[in-house]
Amino acid sequence: MKKLFSRPVLIIGFLVTLALVAVALASLVWTPLPPAKMNILHKLQPPLGFGLLGTDQFGRDVASMLMVGAWNSLSTAVLAVALGASAGTAVGVIVAMRRGWLELVTMRFCDIIFAVPPILSAMMLGAFIGSGRLTAVAAIAVFMVPVFARLTLSAARQIWTRDYVMAAIGMGRSKATITLVHILPNISGQIIVQVTIQLGLAILTEAGLSFLGLGMPPPAPTWGRMLADAQTFLGQAPWLALLPGLAIALAVLGFNMLGDGLRDLLDPKSQA
Amino acid sequence: MRSTGILGALSRRMLIGGAVVLGMAASFSTNALAAPKTGAVIGMAVEPGGLDPTIGAQVMIGQVTWQNIFEGLTTIDKAGKVQPQLAESWTISPDGLTYTFKLRQGVTFHNGVAFDSSVAKFTIDRARGADSANPQKRYFASIASVETPDPATLILTLSRPTGSLLYWLGWPASVMVEPKSAADNKVTPVGTGPFKFVNWAKGSKVDLAKNPDYWNKAVSVKLDTASFRFIGDPQAQAAALKAGDVDAFPEFGAPELVKSFEGDKKLSTVIGNTELKVVAGMNNTRKPFSDKKVRQALMMAVDRATVVEGAWSGYGTPIGSHYTPNDRGYKDLTGTWPYDAAKAKALLAEAGYPNGFSFTMKAPQMAYAQRSSQILQAMFAEIGVTMNIETTEFPAKWVADVLKAADYDMTIVAHAEPMDIDIYARDPYYFNYKNPAFNDLLAKVEATSDAAEQDKLYGEAQTILANDVPALFLFVMPKLGIWDAKLKGLWENEPIPSNVLTEVHWEE
Repeated sequence: MKKLFSRPVLIIGFLVTLALVAVALASLVWTPLPPAKMNILHKLQPPLGFGLLGTDQFGRDVASMLMVGAWNSLSTAVLAVALGASAGTAVGVIVAMRRGWLELVTMRFCDIIFAVPPILSAMMLGAFIGSGRLTAVAAIAVFMVPVFARLTLSAARQIWTRDYVMAAIGMGRSKATITLVHILPNISGQIIVQVTIQLGLAILTEAGLSFLGLGMPPPAPTWGRMLADAQTFLGQAPWLALLPGLAIALAVLGFNMLGDGLRDLLDPKSQA
Repeated sequence: MRSTGILGALSRRMLIGGAVVLGMAASFSTNALAAPKTGAVIGMAVEPGGLDPTIGAQVMIGQVTWQNIFEGLTTIDKAGKVQPQLAESWTISPDGLTYTFKLRQGVTFHNGVAFDSSVAKFTIDRARGADSANPQKRYFASIASVETPDPATLILTLSRPTGSLLYWLGWPASVMVEPKSAADNKVTPVGTGPFKFVNWAKGSKVDLAKNPDYWNKAVSVKLDTASFRFIGDPQAQAAALKAGDVDAFPEFGAPELVKSFEGDKKLSTVIGNTELKVVAGMNNTRKPFSDKKVRQALMMAVDRATVVEGAWSGYGTPIGSHYTPNDRGYKDLTGTWPYDAAKAKALLAEAGYPNGFSFTMKAPQMAYAQRSSQILQAMFAEIGVTMNIETTEFPAKWVADVLKAADYDMTIVAHAEPMDIDIYARDPYYFNYKNPAFNDLLAKVEATSDAAEQDKLYGEAQTILANDVPALFLFVMPKLGIWDAKLKGLWENEPIPSNVLTEVHWEE
């Protein structure tokens, strides 16, 4: 406990993330106003002028839209990272177990995926299956796979050289058993840290895709589209761009700080 | 002349002193002594794909070239009226089947070729020929033969009376082109107009220069040079106007930014009319839109004033049919299916959809379409109808999926062409609307040359459309003209998409 409080980065990151998750979950049961409800008479009201954070060009409540946007953003990011992390980790540990030509082929393949930015792959996917949450999730998840594959491969390779793993091999344990019993538990810390950091990145990418019109279609509010719609209203209603921008920045900052804090906490070197 | 003695020295000193005073005056007010400007830079949102209006449908082609580079037998003035141009006068036979044009003499194209009846015949034959690429080919369909008894006379013989022929001959698609240069007009247009084509920097601008040999001595063209610059992003358009990089944006892209010009004394804001009718077309053969009651219910679910306010910041005029207030014989039919969500819901139940239904809107990416779609989505939700919005890239994908293949439920687009109510009589056309009574009315319009009778028939046609609702008629877009307060002579209204520069000049 004492160790926890000596880590302000971790605590701030944790609190910001917690707030984001709380707001996102709360939006499922309550928002100040229905987020898609238009009230043109009250359009472009400043914060506190009509509702807590003002209204957009259609008179929709910005606070409600931001809340639902938090859920849309977070759920997409979590889904994408969960898919990408499980697939990437599976690839990583399997390759670490087999090595040889498989490692060479897989890693070069990862390099290729790495070279394609998620925005580009989302555009290609969008052209085939149409834009929507599925496209966003798939594009981000595909991008996450090599990240986790590389991380787990290098971490797992180190564990494979440890004495206790040698002993287990000597005792005739199968490679699959060793992977499940010894390798995965020992690299889980690094994976958790990476998941946290990638969540921030996924939120940013989701916002970018929505900004380009490749995210969830209207009326579902997303931070990225709120930002895109606010562009031409910048002179009249700067809060329309500032608020979703701030939300994106805070969410990414929260996950990054949490990730950094967790790394310090879980890093074997600092534990020594 | 040698200057000697005290007078010479004095005058020299006075000259120097005068120059100093002038210089100081100039530093206080730089414009005061500057020579009057003789060039203008006109901003446009979208660059045309070519510069020949007789082979391309894009309205931007006409907005650069029509009346500037190219001219027609007739023209359309700023009030939307037909006026003589390269045809000085004409007579129409009593049966309405023979048009005899007296052509203007002494007109030459920019490349020196003289305009005469053989050129006019070439142009019309090219437009109506079997392999014509003319975007308004149907306008020439009733022309049976073209005769040229002498260089100053052109006789068109029609297969059926065509009351709109003179109006159609004024369109960008009907401008006169000569045989030698016609093939290259797409990149180097050659016409008879007050401006010559100079250069086209693709992706940036088209430069024009005054035609010193312009035939029409009745007008004095003030501009020596003119450029059309293409800037798509409204923010960049606003910045270019404020910085003076562009002198005018006759069709400014973002109504929400118009207010930001109000405090700027250097710029004037002129809100005019256009022919841009924003309509949400429905696939009239696809369920449930094949049921007239469903379409009427959806129309009643729409509060047009709110759509205008939300989508275009309140600039725009609601319409009840495919017709604008500046068209002849206009009838205000916005009251045919007035906004009433409760009645709309009841009518929907009567049609067999008490719990609504769901469908997909294919909306192009333009701001007016996206915003109008989102507002419609919210309004339909009030009567239990779920509308999913699918953004469809315009023009390529929209033209392929909606206009050509008619594979859609509902779409939304602004129809730019004036007096195009006849699109609802076309078969096939993307609405898939079929009403013989409506087709008969439009045939009658062409059969008569009595203007009052035509106006009455147009009124009846509007009433049929307003009642049948083949598309949700929403609003006419305004022409948001923003230009330098000293620049005069641009058209305030747009009876036909254009940027006519003939009378444009700088006020001293």
